[in-house]
Amino acid sequence: MRIIVTLFIVVVLGLLGPNLAEAVSSSELIEKAKDYDGEAIAYEGEVIGDVMRRNDYVWINVHDGKSAIGLWVRFSEAGEIQHKGNYKHEGDRVRAKGIFNRACPQHGGDLDIHVQELEILAPGYEIAHPVSWRQVVIAAVLSIIGGLMFLWERARKKRVQAGLE
Amino acid sequence: MLRRPSIEDLNTVGHYLGRLVVGIGVAMLLPLIVSLVFAEWAVAIWFVIGASISFIVGYLFLLICPVTRDIKWLHGLIVVPIAWLVAMLLGAIPLYLSSHFGSFLDASFDAMSGFATTGLFLIQDIDHLPEGINFWRHLSHFIGGQGIVVAALTLFTRGMLPGAYTMYESEAREERVLPNVAQTARFIWMVSFTYLILGSTMLWVVGIFEGITPVRALMHGVNLFMAAFDTGGFAPQSQSILYYHSFPYEIAVIPIMLAGTLNFGLHYALWHNNRRELYRNIEILSLTTTIFLTFTVAALALTKVEAYSSSVSLFRKGFFQIFSAHSGTGFMTISARQFPQEWKSLAMGAVVVAMALGGSAGSTAGGLKALRIGIIFKTFLREVKRLISPPSAVIVETYHHLRDVVLEDKHVRNVMFISIAYFTSYTLGAYFAMYYGYSFGEALFESVSATANVGLTAGITSAKMPALLKIVFILQMWAGRLEFLSVSALLGTIIAGVRGR
Repeated sequence: MRIIVTLFIVVVLGLLGPNLAEAVSSSELIEKAKDYDGEAIAYEGEVIGDVMRRNDYVWINVHDGKSAIGLWVRFSEAGEIQHKGNYKHEGDRVRAKGIFNRACPQHGGDLDIHVQELEILAPGYEIAHPVSWRQVVIAAVLSIIGGLMFLWERARKKRVQAGLE
Repeated sequence: MLRRPSIEDLNTVGHYLGRLVVGIGVAMLLPLIVSLVFAEWAVAIWFVIGASISFIVGYLFLLICPVTRDIKWLHGLIVVPIAWLVAMLLGAIPLYLSSHFGSFLDASFDAMSGFATTGLFLIQDIDHLPEGINFWRHLSHFIGGQGIVVAALTLFTRGMLPGAYTMYESEAREERVLPNVAQTARFIWMVSFTYLILGSTMLWVVGIFEGITPVRALMHGVNLFMAAFDTGGFAPQSQSILYYHSFPYEIAVIPIMLAGTLNFGLHYALWHNNRRELYRNIEILSLTTTIFLTFTVAALALTKVEAYSSSVSLFRKGFFQIFSAHSGTGFMTISARQFPQEWKSLAMGAVVVAMALGGSAGSTAGGLKALRIGIIFKTFLREVKRLISPPSAVIVETYHHLRDVVLEDKHVRNVMFISIAYFTSYTLGAYFAMYYGYSFGEALFESVSATANVGLTAGITSAKMPALLKIVFILQMWAGRLEFLSVSALLGTIIAGVRGR
């Protein structure tokens, strides 16, 4: 009996395993939404923008390089998110396991994932944006030329008004 | 016989073009300030470069063409389309320097999309954009929506002579709200700034309540207001309005889109407590009817394919997309590929019709416009009445648009010219997209979205799109925004320059 149960577990895990082990891409989820609707899936990507709290839950948007998908996460699960992707930060890279909804009835038809488990794969970090000195020089030269042309045009206008031109 | 433009004509065109280009440079100082506030030093440099080049180009025009004469009708018609192309090239400079574009053509595409209040975009990695660049994208909607010329008219009123009205009209604004064009321009800005303060504050508060930090909520509020009120369609994040997963946010942007799609003449009437205009105006009647009809078709189609299971979902997805399309905004609460994958042909068709019809004349919306739809309907009525009346009967059809107007053949002729131009552009753009292998439905969807300056996408518009198709869409956005008239005049002048005497 124990052998049968063990075999059964191995077969079931073997069938379900690939779904949960391999993250599904956003384009796959959007293009084949009907196939994945209501299924348990894994999804990976960068947390972008904001962690938007709604009572005991939060909305986060996770971008996998193609598109972003909204994740509905219990507030306690989302507490570990430190970095949200924006101009100055690369967001935390997360792996979410949960139920995919093609048109979530709870959230006004949103295509979303109700997360059951959220794991931080890699923490985000600050992105440095050093000023290019070549651009600074170009900007300085151009603004001086622009300023001189402005003064030249004003002087010409004054001459016209004075009837000299 | 075609008359070749004289040196004096070119001088006049160059002079006013110079003034408008200087205006673009002045506009770039605003995102420069935003960049400095958010300590985005590298971004500030891009705007210094962009503004400086605009000033140099503008003053170069003014120095080469030192004309102080008033402009004539034809000059106005030529200045405006050229000014929009120059604005596109200059507006693209800071965008391109941001390294979020694959090429300068892509940056120019987004600059034209911004000024023409379309909202289609080729920018990559929006979610990591600096605040300064995001503000510039949305500000381009605000400047282009009010009209680049209206903006410049307000800046240079002292120097602008009465003939500037031709430029105002060339930007597809038909009503002179007030007798003086500068006063009209100022009224448009006054209305816009009042709504800007009210609308941004509302979106800011909603954003805070929906869990966004106050500073980010403020920037989102201001940016989204400019995109909604000017029926643009850019959004601060890649998912458009879907990013917020928020019913209150969606409810808040709907009245702003509505305000943007209404005629400024109507705004003037409402500001002066003339509420009767709301019930009598042919545009309001036409707009309400076509929104109702297109949503009914979309709702039936979405119900048939079982896209959404509740009426709330149907409203948040179905109605929002239809309203966004009809108003010419282009905000989305679904992913682009959900249109072909889940909405299917009939519901997509309803969106295409909504986009093609568009909002009000004299607003920032694109498309055929509600006034023309109303006139087509009235013409149809007149002809039916004529058919069933005795030959000697005189059939008079009237409509109310800010005043009572008797329907005349000249109105019908104007409507037919613009309608044929729009339908030709819709069709040609679709053929171009089909040439590159896209399906008829998706190609038509994208082509109508570009010409009618809407910004909804079925997924064709991306950085991977063929370069020629990007150029075709740029031309469609440009011609559609200016309603073909001034673009036709420019083409005519170029032909006259080559073949005329």
